[in-house]
Amino acid sequence: MAAVQDGQLNMEVEKDIKTEITNDGSGNINANSSSPGSTSSGGKSKSPAGSGEDQQTLLAVLQFLKRNKLTESVDILRREAGLSADADDSPVSDSAGAGSGGVPNVSADGGDANSLLSRVSIATPFAPPATAPPKVVAASGGEDQPDVNVVLSAYSQQGDPVLYPLYYNGLKKFIESVLDCHRAELSQVFYPLFVHMYLELVYNNHENEAKQFFEKFSGDQECYYEEDLRILSSMSKKEHMKGNETMLDFRTSKFVLRISRDSYQLLKRHLQERQNNQIWNIIQEHLYIDIFDGMPRSKSQIDAMSGSLAGEGKRDANKAKVFYGLLKEPEIEVPLDDEDEEAENEEGKPKKKKPKKDSMGSKSKKQDPNAPQQTRIPLPELKDSDKLDKIMNMKEATKKIRLGPDNLPSICFYSFLNAYQGLTAVDFTDDSSLIAGGFADSTVRVWSVTPKKLRRVKSAADLSNIDKESDDVLERIMDEKTASESKILYGHSGPVYGISFSPDRNYLLSSSEDGTVRLWSLQTFTCLVGYKGHNYPVWDTQFSPYGYYFISGGHDRVARLWATDHYQPLRMFAGHLADITCTLFHPNSNYVATGSADRTIRLWDVLTGNCVRILTGHKGPIHSLAFSPNGKFMASGATDGRVLLWDVGHGLMVGELKGHTDTIYALKFSRDGEILASGSMDNTVKLWDTLKAFDDVELDDFTAATGHIHLPENSQELLLGTYMTKSTPVIHLHFTRRNLLLAAGAYNP
Amino acid sequence: MAEERRPKQCTVVLPTESMKAMAESIGVGQLQEESCAALSEEVSYRIKEIAQDALKFMHHGKRRKLTTSDIDHALKLKNVEPLYGFQSQEFIPFRFASGGGRELHFYEEKEVDLSDIINTPLPRVPLDVSLKAHWLSIEGVQPAIPENPPPAPKEQQKAESTEPLKVVKPGQEEEGSIQKGQGAISAEAKGKKEGLMRMKPRSTHELSVEQQLYYKEITEACVGSCEAKRAEALQSIATDPGLYQMLPRFSTFISEGVRVNVVQNNLALLIYLMRMVKALMDNPTLYLEKYLHELIPAVVTCIVSKQLCLRPDVDNHWALRDFAARLMAQSCKTFSTTTNNIQSRITKTFTKSWLDEKTQWTTRYGCIAGLSELGPDVIKTLILPRLTVEGARIKAVSEGPVVSNIDKIGADHVQSLLLPRPTLTVSQSGIGGSGGSRSPSIIKVPSSLTLMSTRPGTPTQPSPPATKYIVMATSAGASSTQQVLDGSLVITLSSSSGSSVTSTVASATSTLQPLVKLESRAASGLGGSRPLQKYIVVSLPTSASSSLESKSGMLPPSSSSTSPISLEAGMKMDHTGCVPNGTLLPI
Repeated sequence: MAAVQDGQLNMEVEKDIKTEITNDGSGNINANSSSPGSTSSGGKSKSPAGSGEDQQTLLAVLQFLKRNKLTESVDILRREAGLSADADDSPVSDSAGAGSGGVPNVSADGGDANSLLSRVSIATPFAPPATAPPKVVAASGGEDQPDVNVVLSAYSQQGDPVLYPLYYNGLKKFIESVLDCHRAELSQVFYPLFVHMYLELVYNNHENEAKQFFEKFSGDQECYYEEDLRILSSMSKKEHMKGNETMLDFRTSKFVLRISRDSYQLLKRHLQERQNNQIWNIIQEHLYIDIFDGMPRSKSQIDAMSGSLAGEGKRDANKAKVFYGLLKEPEIEVPLDDEDEEAENEEGKPKKKKPKKDSMGSKSKKQDPNAPQQTRIPLPELKDSDKLDKIMNMKEATKKIRLGPDNLPSICFYSFLNAYQGLTAVDFTDDSSLIAGGFADSTVRVWSVTPKKLRRVKSAADLSNIDKESDDVLERIMDEKTASESKILYGHSGPVYGISFSPDRNYLLSSSEDGTVRLWSLQTFTCLVGYKGHNYPVWDTQFSPYGYYFISGGHDRVARLWATDHYQPLRMFAGHLADITCTLFHPNSNYVATGSADRTIRLWDVLTGNCVRILTGHKGPIHSLAFSPNGKFMASGATDGRVLLWDVGHGLMVGELKGHTDTIYALKFSRDGEILASGSMDNTVKLWDTLKAFDDVELDDFTAATGHIHLPENSQELLLGTYMTKSTPVIHLHFTRRNLLLAAGAYNP
Repeated sequence: MAEERRPKQCTVVLPTESMKAMAESIGVGQLQEESCAALSEEVSYRIKEIAQDALKFMHHGKRRKLTTSDIDHALKLKNVEPLYGFQSQEFIPFRFASGGGRELHFYEEKEVDLSDIINTPLPRVPLDVSLKAHWLSIEGVQPAIPENPPPAPKEQQKAESTEPLKVVKPGQEEEGSIQKGQGAISAEAKGKKEGLMRMKPRSTHELSVEQQLYYKEITEACVGSCEAKRAEALQSIATDPGLYQMLPRFSTFISEGVRVNVVQNNLALLIYLMRMVKALMDNPTLYLEKYLHELIPAVVTCIVSKQLCLRPDVDNHWALRDFAARLMAQSCKTFSTTTNNIQSRITKTFTKSWLDEKTQWTTRYGCIAGLSELGPDVIKTLILPRLTVEGARIKAVSEGPVVSNIDKIGADHVQSLLLPRPTLTVSQSGIGGSGGSRSPSIIKVPSSLTLMSTRPGTPTQPSPPATKYIVMATSAGASSTQQVLDGSLVITLSSSSGSSVTSTVASATSTLQPLVKLESRAASGLGGSRPLQKYIVVSLPTSASSSLESKSGMLPPSSSSTSPISLEAGMKMDHTGCVPNGTLLPI
């Protein structure tokens, strides 16, 4: 791990930074790196909090709490963090001494420090909801920005506005003149530099210069930053900068670049020779340069990983161990009479099946070394009905078609007719018996796609008349008069953007523009709970594969983990720099993946609340996620029309599937994980050979260590089929237990 | 790529006039220029911000179109009261007004009488959302059912045939089965073949059992004896979207059919086959370019073959030649490119055999018919110069010793083909010199009355020889008779003097005094966009028309696409056409 070292820095800058620190002890300012002559490596201070930065953040939090007279919380926090009472009285001196290495360090043991913080923010699982203030802490990266003025003040340093284009041009010339191998790497600097120079100009009221600067150089930026540039271009006044989220993102989060040591040295030498302090300052303050040893990366390697709002993920961000293995399946004995039934149907076959089942059983007995502990997070007990369902599942699984390049699945398409562009979300139950649609008119509709009609439970008065001892009591409680093919659920007051069935088919979740997540009973077809917490539109919600827990994420940039029986969230996952657009549970329920409009995917640990993976590479907001059934891989689709494949364990991109021409709203792996189906706004369903995609990737130690992967060039070879609909965007995909692919969308004449 | 756009993004700001207009609308009379500028910048920024937020709602609503409700939601995000009353599904009915040097877009707010609303019956309840399932794919193969799109869209077929070496774009793969084959091949040969050139995908045209049945039925009906069935089959060929797979079979069927039937001189079958070609060409989902190598020889055969029927002196094979010539012209127009040069190759073929002294009259007729269909330029450069020569040749046959009856008939037909008719000259006067400077052009009116009456351009049965008009647009004033209507349009009927054979025409010319008037009437068809359509009505006096009846044809409405008569009159007219018998043609 390298630190950005610097010897020469003019005093002016330093003064600026100092004032900042005294203004506010917030952890945002890591600029104290510039204290000259400091040679100590890294910020590993002796404080129990682990690293200097975390300590600093903690102190800032403490101050905040104090200011708001939340003394109780202060005490709790202090106790948890193991800080002495006087530690927070001198934050400035502390931080100035400790954080000297320059690069804020999330070192190898940084995970501990993080967990410490999160332990603070979220008490033990399932304890009564932690006190409110710690939550604010967790969210501090997101909505409640520290103080806009403080954030902006970093731009206050004056440079001659006329010189900005010259500086930029000078650097451009230099980078164009360096050796090819370095050029691609150094070119990464252009975009963040451009943004910050532009913002500085705007902040200092050089409106015309800013405009000229923008016009002159915006054309040079990579095309995938176009969206951000558009937002940037609309900001031409200092007043605009206040309250603009994108601007705050740029400022509060450092843009992360990965540059090889050689290239970095080259850049540094150039800037120092030229005495180009303006640029150097920006690099120092707003950029995080992650230096690695070894060969510089090629243009394609860089392009594959860049594109997110805040650069690439830091390499260390993906170092934490992720238990991606599956949980052991509970052993359920298959009743014998079922076997007999099958024997009646197809003679001769049961013999073959028996050994199969045994082998399956023995497989599940072994504990996967990559799997988390069975009790890592508490999971609900299996009910009898769940066991029955599991048995059904296993029976169905034996009839499963084995898919592959030579054996493609059949696709059944469910078109919503007369939806008039109002269909916003779709979900299928795992056994494919129910389909639910969320609509822009705030309704949720549930259909039964089997001959079995939807029935409501009888009213309480009627229920009391039922003989509870009878065998068919479950049948008797249902009201035959209400049987129908579909039911409408009213309750939301805005478009329904996310919808999810519980695994046991008793509940349905829906999230809406009105800021609530609602839990509906599929027995009574009424709303049971409205979970309030997101004050802004909730873009997506998803049940855990084991039920009970669910995740929601929305415009407020925070993902919340809930349990159905708690009206407040159990965990809040903050860190995304823009809307959370999609959420998904890992098959083992221990992790949660969120995709965001900041073009990153984050993987969060449900137990600790930590962010354990930051995956960058998409060039547009991410709208769909899918885990492979074995939990090892993940696929993600975005508005850029590309599907990216990820190795969850290593935190690496392992494939890129190009072919769609519009936003990908649906992704699903087949039940065995051999085939990935993707559905898009361009009215197509595509099937991809994932087995081959994952096989093709050579993961040697070097690539695993550096994350510099060479992607196979031609994703066309992985494309197994393209199926166009007439005029129906595909917004949901689902593999039945027998590997029949179901797709859904609204016909759009 | 976006360099041109980006600077614009930077500078797009609402005009200050808008600010003034808005200020006025709320009662602020005098707004200073600086305030306007400051306001407009601020407002532009806020609007952009809201638009960006609204875009999020569009994406999550899984739509491609931004709606007013998206804007409302975006406003709500910013804690701004949404705009009420802009609920609009498709577009916002902004209206434009200008006056006093100002331009305004405004939203018309009508005063609504409540009693009207109460008294109007309730609108029909919109259909409820419903769910419908269909097979998008069965084991990797997309079934050709109405719920699915046609297997290969026309653009793709075109791309495949015109740019065969281009790497197959994603989304253009034909279907799973082909992909499967490809996948297997590439898997086998992966080791050695990788890095070499990419092979063109091998396309197979396997037919399902249903398709085979369909093919059998259709081809049998097309060449069978039942005319009703044939009409149905041709209709199916011309409209069905899923025929892509069968196209190679059809084209082989036609080319083989022509080959056999020319030898056997089976005129009826040849006509049927040509009608199949016509139907295939009419099908909007098919792109025939790949099969032209089979179709063109077949069509050309039907144009120029020496003998097409058993009794050349009695049967009307001329109609077939005319029909095939039109097909040829159509395919030239559709498929001729600079690389395949179909038109010039065809033209050369026709010209060569026409110039040959020994060419039979039948072939000669075909060549001339073929050429004359190819447009005014071809007529002008190739046919007109040879009129004298050809006239002499005809004279030789008709006046010389009778060699054979067939030759005589042939010569007659060539004569009638070449015979100049009273020409309809449409020209312009009144508007300066622009009308006069237009170069003359010729079109041939490609039909006979009998053919037209039943089905435009389709020879249903052998019919009397086609008679044609040559319509010539000349500069104003060059013609003999003129009638000025509405100031700027002159329609002239005159005889052309380009040919030596003018005997019949001269008499006709004198009697022809067409009555021409311009009429406006409401558009039929798709109303709304064009409120009025204007027609030129050209009616011939009955005496003249009766004398001309045998020869007079009419301009088919479709000729507007081929015809160069475009009136650049001062009035707003889109198309024009003239009909000699009092028929209306849309302008």
